[in-house]
Amino acid sequence: MARIAVGRSIPRVDADEKLRGAAKYLDDNRLPDCLYGVTVRSTIAYGTVKSIEFDPCCPWKDTVIARAVDIPGENCVAAIEADQPLLAPGRVMHPMEPILLVAHPDRNMVWQAPRHVKITYEEMEPVLSIEDSLSAKQLLRGQDNVFKSYLIEKGDIKKGFAAAEYIVEGEYRTPPQEHAYIEPHAMAAWVEKNGTIVVMGSMQCPYYVQKALKRIFPGGNIRVIQAVTGGAFGGKEDYPSMLAGHAALLAVKSRRPVKMLYDRAEDMAATTKRHPSVVRHRTGLTKDGKLVAQDIDVVFDGGAYLTLSPVVLSRGTLHAAGPYECPHVRVRSRAVATNTPPNGAFRGFGAPQTLFAVEAHWEKIAAETGLDPLKLRRKNLVKEGSCLATGQVLRESVGATEVLERCVKDSAYEKKRRRYAVLNKKPGPVWKGIGLALVHHGPGFTGSGEVMLASRAAVSLDRAGVVWVLAATTEMGQGEITVLTQIVAETLGLDPALVRVAAPDTDRVPDSGPTVASRTTMIIGGILMKAALKLKDKVALELGSFPTTAKGLECAGRRLAAKGEISFEGVYEKPPDIQWDENAYKGDAYGVYGYEAIAVDLEVDRTTYEVKVKAAFTATDVGRAVHPAMVRGQIAGGTVQGLGWALIENPVFSKGSMANNQFTNYTIPTFTDAPSLTLEIVEKPYSRGPFGAKGIGELPHNAPAPAVVAAVRNATGLLIPDLPVLPEKICHEFIRKKGRTQ
Amino acid sequence: MRGIPASMKVFKAGSPAQALKLLADHPLAVPIAGGTDFMVAWNMGLLNEKSVLDLSGIREWTRVEETPSGLRAGALATHAELRDHPVVRRRFPLLAQACASVGSVQIQNRGTIGGNIANASPAGDTFPALAVYDARVSVAGRDGMRSIPFVDSFAGVKKTILGQAELISAVDIPFPSAKPDRQVFRKVGTRTSQAISKTVAAGLLWLGKGGIVKEMRFSLGSMAPTVRRLRAAEGYLAGRRLTPDVVDTAAQLLAKDVSPIDDFRSTAEYRLEVSRNILRSFLAPN
Repeated sequence: MARIAVGRSIPRVDADEKLRGAAKYLDDNRLPDCLYGVTVRSTIAYGTVKSIEFDPCCPWKDTVIARAVDIPGENCVAAIEADQPLLAPGRVMHPMEPILLVAHPDRNMVWQAPRHVKITYEEMEPVLSIEDSLSAKQLLRGQDNVFKSYLIEKGDIKKGFAAAEYIVEGEYRTPPQEHAYIEPHAMAAWVEKNGTIVVMGSMQCPYYVQKALKRIFPGGNIRVIQAVTGGAFGGKEDYPSMLAGHAALLAVKSRRPVKMLYDRAEDMAATTKRHPSVVRHRTGLTKDGKLVAQDIDVVFDGGAYLTLSPVVLSRGTLHAAGPYECPHVRVRSRAVATNTPPNGAFRGFGAPQTLFAVEAHWEKIAAETGLDPLKLRRKNLVKEGSCLATGQVLRESVGATEVLERCVKDSAYEKKRRRYAVLNKKPGPVWKGIGLALVHHGPGFTGSGEVMLASRAAVSLDRAGVVWVLAATTEMGQGEITVLTQIVAETLGLDPALVRVAAPDTDRVPDSGPTVASRTTMIIGGILMKAALKLKDKVALELGSFPTTAKGLECAGRRLAAKGEISFEGVYEKPPDIQWDENAYKGDAYGVYGYEAIAVDLEVDRTTYEVKVKAAFTATDVGRAVHPAMVRGQIAGGTVQGLGWALIENPVFSKGSMANNQFTNYTIPTFTDAPSLTLEIVEKPYSRGPFGAKGIGELPHNAPAPAVVAAVRNATGLLIPDLPVLPEKICHEFIRKKGRTQ
Repeated sequence: MRGIPASMKVFKAGSPAQALKLLADHPLAVPIAGGTDFMVAWNMGLLNEKSVLDLSGIREWTRVEETPSGLRAGALATHAELRDHPVVRRRFPLLAQACASVGSVQIQNRGTIGGNIANASPAGDTFPALAVYDARVSVAGRDGMRSIPFVDSFAGVKKTILGQAELISAVDIPFPSAKPDRQVFRKVGTRTSQAISKTVAAGLLWLGKGGIVKEMRFSLGSMAPTVRRLRAAEGYLAGRRLTPDVVDTAAQLLAKDVSPIDDFRSTAEYRLEVSRNILRSFLAPN
């Protein structure tokens, strides 16, 4: 069927404003009489505040200071729990923890203030690593420092190992990762004449912010507006609740508008990172490489407070066994406390860490058994009817085989793997390597998460004949305004130019849940389709048919919306056959999965051990590409971001604090680091997704890192099991093995 | 941004004489040329309440000219100008390559050779090239000009030997007496562009009859508080044939002139090993 909007790469709705520089990011909004707020933060990892002194040399009369005692409600940033204080009340749990706030009318001068606040501490021995936390010598949380643990069991691993010809063990580590969105955190707050507290800022989840502020300002009316947001990647899921609380507290105290704008150094040192991980595998295989047992132990470093760690860990746990079928599986996982800033959401949300381990482990298995990693994957990958570790049976839209075979063909993987092995024995300036990974990703909230969110979104027609999309879903650069426009336009049979997406504002749009978890196209798109159909039926009922021209809509608007817009809401409804048992961790963890295979073709310099990725080939099953150009954009971006994590992003922590909190020394890929990309879209439609679509935002970040490790092994013979695969690690490995390298 | 413009005083010099006078009157003023290092410090608020001496308007110091004995690059010549200059490309290709490896194209367009030297970072990308070309730095002071060997112009990390009232006016690079038989420039950064060096190397080699080394010059950056010439290895190689044992010994001697450290960007072990690899493959190419 020919489509008007879906499946076509229409111009991005927000492109014009952004290209002209007309889009208003938070700081572009002028707020008369505004103050600028900064945060005075802890300089120690763990201890108690003994005293706070304000240097009398500083002109404090021009400033407004807010402390924990100024908080009218609870001193917390409510998320899953409320254990994180808005301002440290006396006990300091991590470096860069907010202690008090200072506001000043001069945005540059205000930075002077923190230097004139002298805080003395009684320091305690901090817990700075996963190992220290697990040893529980110092207790930060409960009796074991464990925020959350999960257990998945399928079959009986004892039986599985008993039947195994080979048993292979491995340990894999991943570092924190910085989101490096273009726009650092930014938030403004003011109090309206009627007492409403308004916050506006760079964020992913306006209703999360509202929920958090209701605990801080009980009984108050809270309105949250998303400003144009310059990137997020998960980094603006939970932290904006903290920053909004700070800005609002200063605004309430000063009775003036307050802006808080982090600079890069503060943003990198104070805000969330991807959870560091240690994952151990013990795997049993038959003689011909069939999986018979997977015993997997996962530990994530949650940082000092619980924040989102239980759900990040959940996704990591549910993806830990990879897109493979194995009769006997046990996954045990824990998120533990350390005295570092809380780790948070980051594209992939725990899955890149555990998928890195399971995929890199194929190389270890190959090394120990002599079996080929591609054949091993072919033998074990999931197909329609396969049963995952949670007992979930995959009923439809399983593109694992297609993406793997497409990628292997496009990249000439098998030919290159053989050719490079010969080439690398001859002299030359580089060693060449190619490596594979096959990954999956469940879009939408885990388990019964979508049921609990009960997301709502609406489509309306106003008096002027404009069709509005009303959702709290936020545009952060990923293209959701365009995709939702396409889905609603297609449903109504309209030119996309006749549909507009309202800016997220809790006074105007319903709670569509957070903009996370690759859920927007699939879940919110689906809800909007239902809402649009209701509008279509209503208009058709009144007017005989639904108009498809601007004139016709104007006419319909005049007749039907004279007294105000007519609006129809859709609500998430769980498909009846999706079943999840939260206690047993059994059942349909996700409604469906997306699949991606990648081949990374690279060179390792024989003189410097620098790794240069020459080309990456991906094949990705997205169900249905609503906007093919933006789907490719997501895959390209996720691939390069994943390569950065795999190879060059090296966060250095010193006493719990990020020491290289600047782009000079925390190096993310530049354009010149990006390889040539061949991106294939595979479409295995999902019956519950709008027009067959599955979520795509996070999946591409899961794949590159293990493929890099495999390619480096192909090039050098070395299996580097901890990211990033720095030239230093390759060099040290060679020195350890041979004493000298050339 | 943590820089407070209102707290800073800017003096703008239109000529060398005026610059020296202003510096004499305001000895604590921070000179600014292209501003690529200055702005980073400014953004962090490190230059608040300081005065600034703006040199960017001194036309005399922007010239790049060929002299009978070599090249004279004014202190305000940008990396981009040197990178593209025909004489630099023909006679000092290692300097052209070094300039092309500095930061990004934007940084190359703004950053100056004099500013690069004055900033005295241990990782200055042009430094090993200037060191092997035996460049000299012209320094203007109240008592006139003096010329110092480039390799001796640094006192330590971020420190030059310039007096308080002195400014760099030019860099003089003499033509080598003969075309080198081999040359190398190699920057090893944290990524392919916009990177600070983990190690950066430049080397020139002249061979005589029978493959006897007439002269070898080799210099490393990011391997010590200041850029270093490998005096021990250079002295050892002169008059020797490049046998595997000789190359090995030279690579071992490399350590005599450097003292690499562990930092954010790399490790001492890696820096040493890779610098040795670069020297080895320069002396004994496959």
